[in-house]
Amino acid sequence: MPSFVITDKCDGCKALDKTACQYICPNDLMVLNKEKMKAYNQEPEMCWECYSCVKICPVQAIEIRGYADFVPMNAAVTPMRSTDSIMWTVKFRNGMLKRFKFPIRTTEEGKAKPSGGYATAHGDLKSQVLAQEPEALNMSEVYTIK
Amino acid sequence: MANFQNVEVTTDLLILGGGMAACGAAVEAAYWAKKNGLKVTLVDKAAMDRSGAVAMGLSALNQYVGLHEGKNTVKDYVDYVRMDLMGIIREDLVANIARHVDSTIHLFEKWGLPIWKDENGRYVHEGRWQLMINGESYKVVVAEAAKNALAEAGGEYFERIFIVEPLLDGDRISGAVGFSVRENKFYIFRAKAVIVAMGGAVHVFKPRSTGEGLGRAWYPPWNSGSSAYFTLRAGAEMTSQEVRFIPVRFKDAYGPVGAWFLLFKAAATNSMGGNYMIERKAELESWKPYGLVKPIPANLRNWLGMLDTMEGKGPIYMRTDEAIQRIAAEAGDEKAAKKKLKELETEAWEDFLDMTISQAILWAASNVEPEKRSSEIAAAEPYFIGSHSGASGAWVSGPEDLQSGDTKKDYFWGYSHMATVKGMFCAGDASGASSHKFSSGSHAEGRIVGKSAVKYVVDNNTLPKVDMAKVEELKKMILKPLDVYEEHSKLSTDPEVNPNYIKPKMFMFRLQKLMDEYVGGVSAQFSTNKSCLERALELLTFLKEDSDKLAAKDHHELLRCWENIQRMWQAEAHARTILFREETRWPGYYRRADFPKMDEQSWHCFANCKWNPASGQWEMMKRPMLHVYPKAQEHELLGG
Repeated sequence: MPSFVITDKCDGCKALDKTACQYICPNDLMVLNKEKMKAYNQEPEMCWECYSCVKICPVQAIEIRGYADFVPMNAAVTPMRSTDSIMWTVKFRNGMLKRFKFPIRTTEEGKAKPSGGYATAHGDLKSQVLAQEPEALNMSEVYTIK
Repeated sequence: MANFQNVEVTTDLLILGGGMAACGAAVEAAYWAKKNGLKVTLVDKAAMDRSGAVAMGLSALNQYVGLHEGKNTVKDYVDYVRMDLMGIIREDLVANIARHVDSTIHLFEKWGLPIWKDENGRYVHEGRWQLMINGESYKVVVAEAAKNALAEAGGEYFERIFIVEPLLDGDRISGAVGFSVRENKFYIFRAKAVIVAMGGAVHVFKPRSTGEGLGRAWYPPWNSGSSAYFTLRAGAEMTSQEVRFIPVRFKDAYGPVGAWFLLFKAAATNSMGGNYMIERKAELESWKPYGLVKPIPANLRNWLGMLDTMEGKGPIYMRTDEAIQRIAAEAGDEKAAKKKLKELETEAWEDFLDMTISQAILWAASNVEPEKRSSEIAAAEPYFIGSHSGASGAWVSGPEDLQSGDTKKDYFWGYSHMATVKGMFCAGDASGASSHKFSSGSHAEGRIVGKSAVKYVVDNNTLPKVDMAKVEELKKMILKPLDVYEEHSKLSTDPEVNPNYIKPKMFMFRLQKLMDEYVGGVSAQFSTNKSCLERALELLTFLKEDSDKLAAKDHHELLRCWENIQRMWQAEAHARTILFREETRWPGYYRRADFPKMDEQSWHCFANCKWNPASGQWEMMKRPMLHVYPKAQEHELLGG
């Protein structure tokens, strides 16, 4: 079962109107058992192991266990995602540990400005020039064969 | 009928999908819509932050032309793509994307995507067209810009709504209907123009892993052919439906090989140590002129490896160890080599962690350290995508200014990337014959249609009619699986086994089995023939009839029912087009065993198809392959 939820850690995101994992799963896999107030993956064989649920879980209750039909047991790959970087811990079957840290974005969360700061005063609706062009191309004009 | 409340949403421009192309469309359309007092509405079946094929992230941007650097031209890119697709592409569409893709990438960088730079501040190229990124949050950043753009322009977006059917007013699109996967709501979207950007199709063929690893497809399992279904049902002409894509990837977990082949220059060898790219070079002669160009077309590289596998020379290994040791040794003295080794190790792991975390798990679970031992690679299963090295999608108009005297009559009908249905635009995996757009080109194509669709709305600023009786008919059809389940599920003690219906998962397996065995899947070693294809169409007819008996116990299963009906339509378009094209042109994607050779005389053209909504009949047609750029180029390419 690719993503799985640790019973003791999951609180069903009780303060929210829906669970974070249910909100984010691209394949509509995570659901909340309302009696137990625990989330689970309702269709593990359709899980892409994209880790979106793992990364978003506010209490780190979700982990991934490699596909049982071809992955040998006892390895784990665990992320810790912050606002600008992600730290990965890779635990090998033989116990070896590796850690990697990578940047994930260079701007403040939520602040992506659609124009990118490029001038948008050029071009009319009829032309082939897109909103931030030609500045965003670093060119003086948009290519054409005419 | 299941009790679903109707929710009607009226807008000017409707964007269907939330992935790269849809986000590109939103960001561009919002700008022009605001200028023209129009409203843009986007509908995603998931959550935009992590929807589409880039949900997990990516480790590279595969299309960057770098026009301003002066090293490549738009024509260079067109030549590369045409040769990779064995001569059959729409040069006008590929050129259009190529001329705008750089600005997409420069915008990504401003939005916050970390792109690798060298000491001189220039982008680090993985290959001629590829850039390396720290792409864990690639989709988050791109979605954020799209959402912010919609907010600035007074637009809106809906999440967790699954779009099923197009609405038509004569020969013009008038909207779309679908359902909420969370609550009992049926959505009716009315619009003056519609952008289709709902991705490609996965799980049409039986994948190699059929247990828990069923979901570990190379392309995401939630791409169910929504675009192909929607455009087919609208009566649009489709192109290149025979061109499936089969990626060669690290075996089982499908980790990317691009960095290994392009950046680290690793070799792949068989169990006897032989390199099929060298040993089988003579085979490329059979596929000239395309077999003789550099880089060798993706499907031919596949084919050479497949020949080794079919001859029993597997497994095929990517020589990661040799590549890393070689690069480290080239770094200089022992200290420099050690430092380089560490750097390469980190890059190798990031390549997986950014986009295919399962491959990192598989390496860790198999105690693989890439600098110490090789890893197996293999051809995956067939996928349907208009991006990457696939080509299937709707047949769309090119831009007027990128037509030659030869192409204009056949390739241009008014609005860039508009399908043959008025007001319906396609981008990303939804539009065909414009391969190699990848994530960045899909976003650029989204921007192109974002602008051209707004222009269409300004020129045709009337709300097309929607026939509410038809909407009710569609609602009944779409919700039917819930009704079937409600009516019959109590008959047996286990609702999974019931003579009156079929559950979506078994329906999907039935489709996958017939496609695998008769239409050239993994088990058939990607080979088929006329008799097999006719048998497939016979079995597809039974399946289509039984789709009326699909049953869903809840919203989630209703989603799965419709995803699988969409897959079935993609499957039929594929089987019919492979049957139509009586030759083998992309041997590493599929082979017609009864027509094993390429036939330039008869088939140097597009194989298009169309489903007629009025008659329910399929129509197959050839469309000419015409050049925007002078044809002499091929000789230059071969000589170069």
